[in-house]
Amino acid sequence: MTSLVRLDGVTFAYDPARPVLDRVDFTLAAGERVALNGPNGIGKTTLLHLMVGLVLPQAGCIHAFGRERRCEKDFVEVRARAGLLFQDADDQLFCPTVAEDVAFGPLNLGKSKAEARRIVHATLESLGLAGLEERVTHTLSGGQRRLVSLAAVLAMAPEVLLLDEPTNALDEPTRARLLEILGDLPQAMVIVSHDRDVIERLATRTVRLEAGGRLS
Amino acid sequence: MSLPGAPCAGSSILGEGGGVRPPSLVERLDSRTRVILALLFAVALVTGSDVTLLTVGLGLALILALLARLPVVRTLRRMLVLEGFMLVVLALLPFSIPGRVVAEVLGFAASAEGLTRAAQITLKANAITVAVFALLGTLEVVALGRALARLGAPERLVHLFLFTVRYLDVLDREYRRLRLAMRARAFRPATGPHCWCSIGYLFGMLMVRSLERAERIDAAMRCRGFTGRFPCLHEEAESGPGALDWGVGAASTAAVTLLLVMG
Repeated sequence: MTSLVRLDGVTFAYDPARPVLDRVDFTLAAGERVALNGPNGIGKTTLLHLMVGLVLPQAGCIHAFGRERRCEKDFVEVRARAGLLFQDADDQLFCPTVAEDVAFGPLNLGKSKAEARRIVHATLESLGLAGLEERVTHTLSGGQRRLVSLAAVLAMAPEVLLLDEPTNALDEPTRARLLEILGDLPQAMVIVSHDRDVIERLATRTVRLEAGGRLS
Repeated sequence: MSLPGAPCAGSSILGEGGGVRPPSLVERLDSRTRVILALLFAVALVTGSDVTLLTVGLGLALILALLARLPVVRTLRRMLVLEGFMLVVLALLPFSIPGRVVAEVLGFAASAEGLTRAAQITLKANAITVAVFALLGTLEVVALGRALARLGAPERLVHLFLFTVRYLDVLDREYRRLRLAMRARAFRPATGPHCWCSIGYLFGMLMVRSLERAERIDAAMRCRGFTGRFPCLHEEAESGPGALDWGVGAASTAAVTLLLVMG
């Protein structure tokens, strides 16, 4: 199996005296769905942010899609191929309308307006959100926000999905719907979650992050 | 795609949802026409000084409000804020501007010039506020942002405006949550160092959280390929101004010219 994303001995610290991650090794292979759990504040979100270069490691190296990635410029391409779903959908939805928000990624990737519009339509349709296209983002319900922010990530057609607590604070029907959607997606995934259903129904492998190191 | 200015179930500045009623005359105008009209009206009134003309201006603003079918009660409630300030102006100006004395209250002399000035200011402020409510208040926020962009307002300012609108509600919710958490622990506003300190913490925390949120939004944008330029999904030539816009434009230009010449 080829690895899509690989962290080798990655160390990261906001405060040098207390590193959040200390020489962590992690590999995501094609077709895998890895559930990542562990205590609060152990660095699960930081691990996802490292994979797409939102923060850079103090030591160790990050390989993604066949190349070592070191600086901001390297990671621009990684971010297009590995879609990160944020914990708080409000952080992700910043455009006035749903259509504009979903189109933001594709347009940044250089798609034409007509293409972007087609992608918006197809993505929302596939998630059963077709009616929301012209809605103003801040009037959406919590569940709709989560699904729309997933649509915004999927619109970029990523090869890898990095999901940060996707089922957090969702009601039961929305949660079931999200699990179903995620189960049907072909992408390799890293899912930060404490949700037992997510781990049982989606994950092909579970990784538990302990203070500093890692245990499978 | 909804046309800018078309009433749909979005949030207009006056918080009035669209609904099923047919669009009013003002709503049928292109959003850019409305922005220009509001600006023109404000400039004309600010430069004018003749009380009769200003009264005509107020009359025009009220007609606009009728044409825009502004909700009476809600508009009046919003106007109250302004009227409070106006009362202070009205009460102070006649006594603070020197001139021909027309009355004396408790030993203070009220001047005719002061009374005229107070009347001018009140008329101007009210007329402009009513007109802005009628023309822009009924416009969807997003449409207003887009209209400004299409009129050539600096891109950055337009984005700042739209971001503000988008996150004002998020910040407000954050503020309410913090306030609620304070009240849940028996905090009651009072005069004293404990209260001032707590309120200080509240706003400090709000600032810190806003900054953190801004960083997360920036990260989320970078994740979706943002490199500093905002793409726009909407075509430039989405809809040109219609006959109604040209008509209103011509009529209002004539009216303003007349006003400027006479005033």
